[in-house]
Amino acid sequence: MSFRQLAVMSCVAAAVITVASAGGADRAEDRQPPIAMVETVMITPGSFRHPQPGEFLRDGHPAAAPQALAKIPHPFEIMKYQVSSTAYGRCVEALGCGPADAAKGGDRPVTGVSHIDAEAYAAWYSDVTGDTWRLPTDLEWAFAASERFRGDIEAGEADPSNPAQRWLALYRAESELDRRPDPEARAPGSFGTNSKGVADIAGNVWEWTSTCYANATLSTDGEGVDSVVENCGVHVVEGFHRTYMSNFIRDGKSGGCAVGTPPDNLGFRLVRQEPGLGRVVLRFLGIS
Amino acid sequence: MLTRREALMGTAMAAAAAATVSVLPAMAAAKDVTGLPRVKVNLIAPPFVHAHDQVAKGGPTVVEFTMKIEEKPVVIDGEGTTLRGMTFDGSIPGPMMVVHEGDYLELTLVNPETNEMPHNIDFHAATGALGGGALTNVNPGEQVTLRFKATRTGTFVYHCAPEGMIPWHVISGMSGTVMVLPRDGLKNDEGEPVRYDRIYYVGENEFYIPRHETGAFKKYESLGESYDETMTVMRGLIPTHVVFNGAVGSLTGENALKAKVGETVLMVHSQANRDTRPHLIGGHGDYVWEQGKFANPPAKDLETWFIRGGSAGAALYTFLQPGIYAYVNHNLIEAVELGATAHFTVEGEWDDDLMKQVAAPGPIPTN
Repeated sequence: MSFRQLAVMSCVAAAVITVASAGGADRAEDRQPPIAMVETVMITPGSFRHPQPGEFLRDGHPAAAPQALAKIPHPFEIMKYQVSSTAYGRCVEALGCGPADAAKGGDRPVTGVSHIDAEAYAAWYSDVTGDTWRLPTDLEWAFAASERFRGDIEAGEADPSNPAQRWLALYRAESELDRRPDPEARAPGSFGTNSKGVADIAGNVWEWTSTCYANATLSTDGEGVDSVVENCGVHVVEGFHRTYMSNFIRDGKSGGCAVGTPPDNLGFRLVRQEPGLGRVVLRFLGIS
Repeated sequence: MLTRREALMGTAMAAAAAATVSVLPAMAAAKDVTGLPRVKVNLIAPPFVHAHDQVAKGGPTVVEFTMKIEEKPVVIDGEGTTLRGMTFDGSIPGPMMVVHEGDYLELTLVNPETNEMPHNIDFHAATGALGGGALTNVNPGEQVTLRFKATRTGTFVYHCAPEGMIPWHVISGMSGTVMVLPRDGLKNDEGEPVRYDRIYYVGENEFYIPRHETGAFKKYESLGESYDETMTVMRGLIPTHVVFNGAVGSLTGENALKAKVGETVLMVHSQANRDTRPHLIGGHGDYVWEQGKFANPPAKDLETWFIRGGSAGAALYTFLQPGIYAYVNHNLIEAVELGATAHFTVEGEWDDDLMKQVAAPGPIPTN
């Protein structure tokens, strides 16, 4: 089936929907956008070396995360700022989200939210805006974070004869970051904007991603992965450094899986899912 | 849609940085344990302990154990209060593993895919790697095998210790006990051999169950759901339940511990988190390794012994009278109100010399 045929079919489908929705036109007009549209940044396609999230073993010993050459094939739209306390509060009021641990209100980023809360917000926000919003994948977050992306605090390859060397190296690497706890969320933009125009990357609010934690065994030649055990009860959290948290954790300080420096706060920002062809057509026709 | 697993598996990866050549001082290589005899031991649930020799027969052995981690709701009292439990091998506390000094304890820890949480194990009896915690992290769907050499004798706690969540896993039930016996068995304070006819393993746990505003205990559908409120109660440090063997009344009535007059019983008491003070009402501790470490001579004739949170101790006692004995945490509020009570039923002949009711209760004479 050619693209033209597909497009025609979509138009036919759209026409059908137009007729079907005519009876409910007044309802459609009543629908007020309940929330101001948030500012987003369009991230243009590209490729980069992406240190894979998760933990990696080679020959049974911890290994550095492989750096896959990752491609972002299509542009995507990401919130310029993290979701605010006020915006999240609306979801709580609408009973779409559980209350955040640190519900202060205002335009500061919401903190004290779990992965479950962030997913609930994305679902609610999609519902009220009519668009599809979701958490970014780790890959998308890393690409959007650009020069501010740090990834895992790495300790390199393990010495098979002395596992303690790696623990000591990791401990030193974390200490050398010399990052002091910074618990108070700040006004949007306080941590500046990166080269792609995304604000507050790697500030004091870490962000949930949709990427599951994985434990992978690398092949001995280092060129591939022999086996992966994925644990979607734990998700990748990105920020000043990468870490991994169980889905229900709201306070990274006490509930982390990471060693050393815990995240100051847990928050999130969303990506707008590129609308499918059908929706593009509907939108073009002024229906959606 | 491509799952992350598929993406990872299918992605050609650039080789990571070339392995560094390490220059290391001479390190202790594992002695060749491949030549050692191996035994596989099936664990049994507390208060019982798997069959073992009190005096080792032969030389060091690799003793293999397997524990499956089970996350499950556990009823912890007679009112049906339910803990979202996390358990080693399905029991609270986890089963006791017994080896001898110089043996190698080799544990395979299985975290089935049906579980929610990553887990690991920290053996207080082991040396290095956070007691093995750093080498035993397993996600749901993984298993790991750790071997450590039992270099110190005594009773030792083990517990789950996942980074950032240690107390929650422990107060959800993930603790147990290892006993490393001297190869030539236990000795009293004079260095003379002592033996036990029975061993009972009492694990004490305290729980922090959140309540509704009405005061009724809350029930949760999942571990994740229970987390926030359980943490809040836990931080208050006041438990709602203090129990032996995982539940109020689990070592009383039908399940009371049994002994006979003249039998010597080793009572191992383990508490991974909080201090406690076992006391045998009507009896004593003839020889008590309060800190649980058999290289120290036992204390004699104790009335109550102190078990530090994060340790296991052992008390040896020969029953001299028949009857019902209560074995309690002698904070009696915890024993009577919160659950920390076990019973012994002891059969045998009464000894009038030790105790006799000289006059039965009657009216107080008036003249």
